[in-house]
Amino acid sequence: MSERREALAANLSARFGDRLQPAPAAAKEIAVDVHRDELLEVCTTLRDDEGLRFEMLVDLCGVDYLGFGVAEWQTEDATDQGFSRAAQRATIIPDPDESYPPQRFAVTYHLLSLSLNHRLRLRCFTGDANPPMLPSVTTIWQSADWYEREAFDLFGILFAGHPDLRRLLTDYGFIGHPFRKDFPVSGNLEVRYDPEQGRVVYQPVSIEPRTLVPRVIRDDNRYTASLKDRPPGA
Amino acid sequence: MREIQSYTMNFGPQHPAAHGVLRLVLEMDGEVIQSADPHIGLLHRATEKLAETKPFNQSIGYMDRLDYVSMMCNEHGYVLAIEKLLGVQVPVRAQYIRVLFDEITRILNHLMWLGAHGLDIGAMTMFLFCFREREDLMDCYEAVSGTRMHATYYRPGGVYRDLPEEMPQYSASEFRNADELDALNAARNGSLLDFIEDFANRFPACIDEYETLLTDNRIWKQRTVNIGVVSPDRAMQLGFTGPMLRGSGVEWDLRKKQPYEVYAELDFDIPVGVNGDCYDRYLVRIEELRQSTRIIQQCIDWLRANPGPVMADDHKLVPPDRAEMKDDMEALIHHFKLFTEGYTVPAGEAYAAVEHPKGEFGVYLVSDGANKPYRVKVRAPGFAHLSALSEMVVGHMLADVVAVIGTQDIVFGEIDR
Repeated sequence: MSERREALAANLSARFGDRLQPAPAAAKEIAVDVHRDELLEVCTTLRDDEGLRFEMLVDLCGVDYLGFGVAEWQTEDATDQGFSRAAQRATIIPDPDESYPPQRFAVTYHLLSLSLNHRLRLRCFTGDANPPMLPSVTTIWQSADWYEREAFDLFGILFAGHPDLRRLLTDYGFIGHPFRKDFPVSGNLEVRYDPEQGRVVYQPVSIEPRTLVPRVIRDDNRYTASLKDRPPGA
Repeated sequence: MREIQSYTMNFGPQHPAAHGVLRLVLEMDGEVIQSADPHIGLLHRATEKLAETKPFNQSIGYMDRLDYVSMMCNEHGYVLAIEKLLGVQVPVRAQYIRVLFDEITRILNHLMWLGAHGLDIGAMTMFLFCFREREDLMDCYEAVSGTRMHATYYRPGGVYRDLPEEMPQYSASEFRNADELDALNAARNGSLLDFIEDFANRFPACIDEYETLLTDNRIWKQRTVNIGVVSPDRAMQLGFTGPMLRGSGVEWDLRKKQPYEVYAELDFDIPVGVNGDCYDRYLVRIEELRQSTRIIQQCIDWLRANPGPVMADDHKLVPPDRAEMKDDMEALIHHFKLFTEGYTVPAGEAYAAVEHPKGEFGVYLVSDGANKPYRVKVRAPGFAHLSALSEMVVGHMLADVVAVIGTQDIVFGEIDR
C-alpha cells in the first residue's frame, strides 16, 4: 500500500508540479488543494493519465470553513441563552451582496482509481465570489451530478455547466442553505396543522434553542504532554 | 387516428415498492419509460449537521439510523474515521469482533434485500423465509448490545463490551408448552459464539432453499434477466460500488483491495457477475451470503482461541470500568470528563471507507481540534446508485422500474441522511 502511495505522490508532482498544494490529510492519505481556474484541466488529467487513472469520483461535498478553529464560547456570555454551536439564538440573515472570505467555501472531491488501487482527495476553494461558484465536473465523472446538486442545495455553491442544478434534499420551496455554518440547527420555519384553516401552515420556529449539548472544548490539562503520558497512579 | 402523447406519472412517495419514501416522476410513452426523475429528501434529517453539534461519541447512534438495515457497518465507517484522526490502535480481538458483526450485518442486509426484492416482483414466500433467519441474527445484535437494531456497539478504540458468555433464552409462558420451549432454546444453551456457530452451520442449507425457489425459477428469470444492464465502464463512471459494481463484472471489494481490520488474514472469495443485469446482481449477493458465512466461521474459531481486551487502554478516549471508578479518583474524573465533554480530536481531515453490504460507505471527517466534528460527510453507496436510476430504467416497462429499484437495494435512511 505504501509503495503505491509513494508512486502516486511522485506521479502527481511529476505531472502537476506546484499547481497542487498539499492539503490536510490523515496518515496514509494523499490530499491536495487545486486552484479553481485549473480544476477542470487537472481533473481531466487525473482521469486520463496512465499513471493516475482515477476512473471514479467516489464523493463530492461542500465544506463551510466559516467557524473553523474559532472559539465561540466565552464565559461572560454563557447565560441561559446558551453558548454552543447548537444554540445560536440570533437569526443570521446573510447579506445577499456580501463577499465571502476567500477561504470560506470549499468543495472536496474523493477520487478512486480501481485499476491502480489508490485514492486522492482534492480540495478546491471557491474564492470570495458571491454566490460561490466552481466549474462542474459532470462531464468528467457522471456521478458528480447528484453530488453537485446536493452541495448546491446544502451550501449554495453553484456549479457552472451542470445540466440540471436543482435542489435535491430539502423541501419543495425551501429557502436558505442549511449546512452553512450561519444557518441555525433548528431551522427558520416549522410546519403545523392549523385546524381553523384546515390545512398545514408554515410559521417561524417557536422552539427556543437551549443548551442541551456539551460546549466546545479544544484543550485542557488532560491533553498537555506532561500529564498525558504520565503512567496511571503516578 | 389520434396520436398518443407521452404522459407523466407520479410513483410514490407512499408506494410499497418504493422501499421507503422515494418519489419518482416518470415520463411514459404508453408503458415504456422515457425518463425518470427521482425526488428524494423526504427522509432528510440532517444527520451530518446534527453531528456537528455533538461530541464525537454521541453521533455513533445516529450512524445506525442511516442505513437502518445494516446498522453496525455504518458505525464502523464513522468509528474508523475517528480512529484514523486520533491514530488509535484497536486490540486484535476487537477487530475480529467487528469483522464478525460486519458479516452478520451483511447477511442481515442481504436477507432484507432478498425478501423485499422477491416480494416486489412476485415471490411472496421469500419474504417469510428471509425474515425467519433475520430474526436469529437480530437476537445476536440484542445479546451483544442490548438492542435489536440500533446497537451503538462500535466505539473509537474497540467495541463497547466483550461477547456475552450466555445467550438470552425464551422464558416459559402459557402460549408455549415445554417441548416448544425446548426447541426454541435448543441453540441458546451456550454462549453467543455457540449460537452464531449453530447459525453459520445451518445457514448454507437455508441459502440452498432460497436458490431452489428463485435461481432457476422461470418467472424470476423473466423479471430479472437483461433488466437494468450496466456496462463495467458505465458502472465506474456512475460511481457504483459493492454488488452493483461487481454485478457488472468489475472485481472490486475494499475488504480485499484495501483491507481494513483483519480482513487481510481471512480467507474468502469475491463473486463477480458477467452481464451486469438484475439477475447477475442477485447471484452476486447470494454468493456473498455464502462467503460471509465462511468469514463468520473463521472469526468464531479465532475468537474462541484468543481471549483478550476489546477496548484500547486509554482513558482519555474510553471510559474506565465501574469497579475502578469506585476507588480511584482519577478514573472518576476521566469518566466525568468523557461523558460531559467527550474527547478532543486533533485538527485535520480524514476519509475512511468500509465495504458496506450496499457498496462503499465512507465518512469524511473534518476536525478543527474540538470535541465535536467540524464537518461530517457520509458517502452513502445508495446515493450514487439511485442517481443512476433514470439511466437504468429508460426503455424498460413500468413494472421493470420496481425490479431496478429492488436490485439497487435502496434504503432511504442513507440516501437522504
